[in-house]
Amino acid sequence: MTPILQIEHVSLSFGGVNALTDVSFQVQKGQIYSLIGPNGAGKTSLLNSVSGFYHPQQGSISFDGQELNQIPPHKRARLGIARTFQNIELFQHMSVLDNLMLGAHNQLSAGVFSSGIYWKWAEKEELAARREIEDIIDFLEIENIRYQPIGQLSYGLQKRVELGRALALRPQIILMDEPMAGMTVEEKQDMVRFIIDMNEEHDTTILLIEHDMGVVMDVSDYVTVLDFGRLIGEGTPAEIRKNQQVIEAYIGQQ
Amino acid sequence: MNRLPSGVFNTSYQQDAQLFRTPVQRISLAAFLVALIAFPFVGNAYVVSLAIIVGIYVIGAVGLNILTGFAGQISIGHGAFVGVGAYVSAILVAEAGVPFLIAMPLAGLVTACVGLGFGLPSLRVKGLYLAIATLSAQVILNYIMNNWSSVTKGTSGLPVDSPEILGFVFNNDFSYYFLVLAVAILALLFARNLQRTRIGRAMTAIRDNDLAAELIGINLFRYKLTAFFISSFYAGIAGSLWAHYVTLITPEHFTIVESINYLAAIIIGGIGSVLGAVLGAVFMVLLPEVLRLLSDSLSGIFPNVGLFFSAMKDVIFGLIIILFLIYEPRGLNHRWQMIKAYWKLWPFSY
Ligand SMILES: Nc1ncnc2c1ncn2[C@@H]1O[C@H](COP(=O)(O)OP(=O)(O)OP(=O)(O)O)[C@@H](O)[C@H]1O
Ligand SMILES: [Mg+2]
Repeated sequence: MTPILQIEHVSLSFGGVNALTDVSFQVQKGQIYSLIGPNGAGKTSLLNSVSGFYHPQQGSISFDGQELNQIPPHKRARLGIARTFQNIELFQHMSVLDNLMLGAHNQLSAGVFSSGIYWKWAEKEELAARREIEDIIDFLEIENIRYQPIGQLSYGLQKRVELGRALALRPQIILMDEPMAGMTVEEKQDMVRFIIDMNEEHDTTILLIEHDMGVVMDVSDYVTVLDFGRLIGEGTPAEIRKNQQVIEAYIGQQ
Repeated sequence: MNRLPSGVFNTSYQQDAQLFRTPVQRISLAAFLVALIAFPFVGNAYVVSLAIIVGIYVIGAVGLNILTGFAGQISIGHGAFVGVGAYVSAILVAEAGVPFLIAMPLAGLVTACVGLGFGLPSLRVKGLYLAIATLSAQVILNYIMNNWSSVTKGTSGLPVDSPEILGFVFNNDFSYYFLVLAVAILALLFARNLQRTRIGRAMTAIRDNDLAAELIGINLFRYKLTAFFISSFYAGIAGSLWAHYVTLITPEHFTIVESINYLAAIIIGGIGSVLGAVLGAVFMVLLPEVLRLLSDSLSGIFPNVGLFFSAMKDVIFGLIIILFLIYEPRGLNHRWQMIKAYWKLWPFSY
């Protein structure tokens, strides 16, 4: 197995708050890798560091063998790192279709001139992207809301569209920040199915933050536990269940 | 939502992406074009000259809408950019002997580069701060127009030649109308195409949520500057057409008032919509005319009322705009869409 994401001795602080302290771990290609921990443990901060939105003071993050520290966020997306957010970051005033087409932004190449002329070249490219987006729409079963603006959708559907936009990047890894928070049981089941399917069909690596222990234990290949910014345990779901420190810090507390 | 009339179905993604999708849309568009072409044959000199000015403002407003409406970058310098285009075009033709057909796009390009330069602060600042930065563009550029008199002739005004294309001189309203019409149609089509493809989508994404835009791989710097560039290009074209129409340009025409008029046009028309910018430009050009006609005819009947009215014209103009923003905040374009939707569903519209 090859590591696709390597986190090495990463420390990140905001003023006096240490969000992450000397965190190291590796995600292997094709894994569903879960990151758990109590509120404020630093999970989102870690994803933000991988996306390039936060800049750790120490340590390094590499993706596919390439050190990321100097790479701006939009280029990390182009390398194949996609993302969904804890507090949904969709384009609220745009339609589902436009949101998904935006995910394919870097697959298209038309410049200002050919876009403005549209005819032939830009049209061909737009339609090809559209076909691909329609496959994602089928996969996520959101055919009937294609043209709706995001603002009109339920929370669960918005989370689904956000996953769709991430998929449109044709990513190697998707960083998912609590994709099931606030969902009904049924919506959760759908989301779990999507996660497993995309992992199996496209071999997409998934770095998942999730509070629902049942889901985490079911889908994960490997689990890492953060507490107060420190890594306090890691292992397969079975190992994590037995880890005394983890139980005290996190699972036992609930 | 895009509601198609019943009976019309998209059977391919290509149809879904078309600008004019239904037969009714295409027929009304064709009819409208015919009306536009017939207009100067039936209209008198006054309305044709108004139409020319409307056309020039449409180009400028659509340009500002690309920057402010699509990309969400506010600018209070658009009027000055129009001025840059006007002066550059006039000087290119008069001093350098460049043919108009080349001078106009060249003026657009020069203005685009100037706009790009003044757009650089947008990489660092947003909202009000950006407004102030573009305001400084307005002040600086207007200062240059006023004081670089060896080139601009300052306040006494720079005479401009009528444009000549392949030996044909556009020196009357009738011919100039068609020149403006052609350029305006190209400008509108280009803007609509941008809007429905990759570039326009990326700009709108930045307006909507710049964090998310960046994390799906959109280079914010690049697209903000692109928006400034295109928008200023439009301003330059509008300026060029203006200069060669009025044939005497002075800095007074390119002050902050002009910039605010453009902003008002896109807000009244509907931010982010190409049609909205058109409607807004029409509104902003025609409203003062309507008010003037009203005050003229009033002073014929009640001289005192007429006098009062003409003194209060600017106040009434401002008041109408404010009322408009309160009661029609989503702009004329939205109202138009509502009316269309109503008729599509009629008689079952609730
Ligand atoms: N931008 C920021 N500025 C200041 N402090 C921050 C910032 N982002 C995160 N923090 C702090 O870092 C710590 C970790 O926060 P983070 O959001 O990463 O936790 P989390 O594990 O995602 O929690 P939750 O389960 O509630 O989402 C918290 O103490 C938080 O207040
Ligand atoms: Mg979090």
